[in-house]
Amino acid sequence: MSALVVVLVCLPFLMAIVACVVPIDVTRHLTIVVGVTTFALSIGLIPGVTHSSVTAGGLIRVDSLSVVFLLAVTFLYATTAIFVRGYLPLDPSAAGRVYGRRFYAGLNLFCWSLVIVPLVNGLALLWIAIEITTVVSALLVAIDDTEGASEAAWKYILIASLGLGIALFATIMMYYAGTSVLGSSYNLSYPTLLASAAHFHPDVVRFAFVLAVLGYGTKMGLFPVHTWLPDAHSEAPTPVSALLSGALLAVSFYAILRFFQIAVRTLGPTFPRDVFLIFGVATLLLATLYLLSQRDMKRMLAYSSVEHMGILAIGMSFSAPIAVVGVLLQVMAHAAAKGTAFFGVGSVVRKFGSKDMSKIRGGVGVLPWSGPMLILSVLALSAMPPFGIFRSEFLIVYGGLREPRDTVAAILVVLVTLAFFGLSWFTTQTMLSPSVPPVEGSPEAQVVKGEVSNWIVVSMAVGLLALLLLGVHPPSQLSHLLDRAAYELRAAR
Amino acid sequence: MHHVPSTYDGITAGLAVLVLLSEFAMLRAPLLRSQVRLYAFQSLVVASLAVFVAASKHIDELYVLAALSLLLKVLLVPGLIMRLLRDADTDLAGSSVLGVASAILIAIVVAAFGFFAVGSLHVSSSSLPTSALSIACAIVLVAFVLIILRKDVVSQAIGFFSLENGVSIASLVVASGLPLIVDVAFLFDLLVAVVVFGVIMRVHHLRNDTLSTHDFDRLRG
Repeated sequence: MSALVVVLVCLPFLMAIVACVVPIDVTRHLTIVVGVTTFALSIGLIPGVTHSSVTAGGLIRVDSLSVVFLLAVTFLYATTAIFVRGYLPLDPSAAGRVYGRRFYAGLNLFCWSLVIVPLVNGLALLWIAIEITTVVSALLVAIDDTEGASEAAWKYILIASLGLGIALFATIMMYYAGTSVLGSSYNLSYPTLLASAAHFHPDVVRFAFVLAVLGYGTKMGLFPVHTWLPDAHSEAPTPVSALLSGALLAVSFYAILRFFQIAVRTLGPTFPRDVFLIFGVATLLLATLYLLSQRDMKRMLAYSSVEHMGILAIGMSFSAPIAVVGVLLQVMAHAAAKGTAFFGVGSVVRKFGSKDMSKIRGGVGVLPWSGPMLILSVLALSAMPPFGIFRSEFLIVYGGLREPRDTVAAILVVLVTLAFFGLSWFTTQTMLSPSVPPVEGSPEAQVVKGEVSNWIVVSMAVGLLALLLLGVHPPSQLSHLLDRAAYELRAAR
Repeated sequence: MHHVPSTYDGITAGLAVLVLLSEFAMLRAPLLRSQVRLYAFQSLVVASLAVFVAASKHIDELYVLAALSLLLKVLLVPGLIMRLLRDADTDLAGSSVLGVASAILIAIVVAAFGFFAVGSLHVSSSSLPTSALSIACAIVLVAFVLIILRKDVVSQAIGFFSLENGVSIASLVVASGLPLIVDVAFLFDLLVAVVVFGVIMRVHHLRNDTLSTHDFDRLRG
């Protein structure tokens, strides 16, 4: 089992190096192979972590909570690799080759950093891994070298770095909280912290937890520190947007959960849950309002991600274990749904040459496969059955209704419905309303019927199948994994 | 409860105050170059704090950390930014949206808030000076004020680096036993972040021929 983990840690990194050396045509296919392999390896880890944890050296530790996030990340790695194969045109010029090489090296490095976040053992290494995701993804946001990209990249690197500065402060405060029990010199590994968390100084842990929610929440997209997110998601190349939205936000949430795990042991469940509740409701409310007034397709999906992060935070504020299971399932289902939706939007943007939803009409007629699949993925994002997010949000709401504060669950349902209205209104408008006859010579006249690439269709189909699987009948292994991970997040003192 | 401050407490708190004062000096520094120099000075103080903690607590690892941060934060980072400024050769004046007096007043209020907020946690420890922790929190908050009030990429980047200095003080004071490997990794990450900041600043400058963030208002809503 440990060997499996070591391979998982090394493989994407090696791929990033290989991408700098070998011809781009080899890289494109090799990345798919590596992506699919890492996903397969993550599945292989499931049996090993449903009863205990797997460690490799002192630095790596995998438990069921890690594997939940690992599955989300590696699934998106694999599908994004397939998508990029169709999305990125092969430009034979020297500049095009350099761009392709940089893009693939960056993409693999970004995926590597996302993969190691759930694998590292300890709060310090966790911070370092998340910092690596920031710097690599900031370069990927800037890679297109447009005016919008440089603005978005600057806002992203500055705001995210400040957030991580706060998160570092949180990490140090957590270390400080432990010194009273563990002595002045110890390492911040999870087993050490969890074993003695009950005796930490509660005020310091409370401070550290709020700092961590604020700091890592910046990268997760919680209100009011979400401001970089729509810009970066809309200006980055589409494959990067998919990874930012489905995987980066998820691993930032993972970091908060690790602090949560310690905080509930020291403080009991009430305070950490209240923090989640406040941030969650504010985030969901903001995202819903913005979803009703979007014009840019990628920005719309970005706000939908903010919405889902709000739902995750609210789900964590419920005490029923079933709500926590729902939250963890939502992480996976959201990764698949958001990836698929971004792939579809990538196809539309390639076809119509615009992200502006007022300029795109009749998408389904032009894109016979990816058009309908985009609509399906947006319906999946709005928690329509039979897709995975329906199941996860159902679990969260079900858990919430058993709460004494069941108004929160009601608010959740109302806001999610409003968000569904915004999302589906704009998507159906662009995809289903008949296209106006184009003026001769206008850019719309250039749009010819037909898919951009079959690779894009495949990547979307894989995403939808996964969503269907999660929604209709999750494999029993996976259910065990989710139960176990929810158990690890329990509020035992 | 009445804990008499030791010499150790006094010196760590004194050095931390020096860092806070240099943060205020950055707020009023009109030139970008002087801001970079102030950052170098601030980092020097942080490095000497590391040496002092190492000597008084006999933690030899911290000498390595001090040497590395001297190399990185006092020489390399300011050097890189100075080079960027030389190449840019524009916008050498600062870009505060408020006058010096109002900026300083806001910073004083914010710093006081941070100082007393951490103080109200009532963390008292015989071996760890808590006043330095409160000051570190004040430094972090004043760094935020600097970033918010300045409208150019260099000041904002310097603001972030000085925020990191504030966090370093906190880590030296309350987490001096943190394993060296972790400290070095933090520093290495900072170096990578600096390089990426530099790349994006350069891209911005090449594209718009300015270091100002004034036209960063296209993406909204």
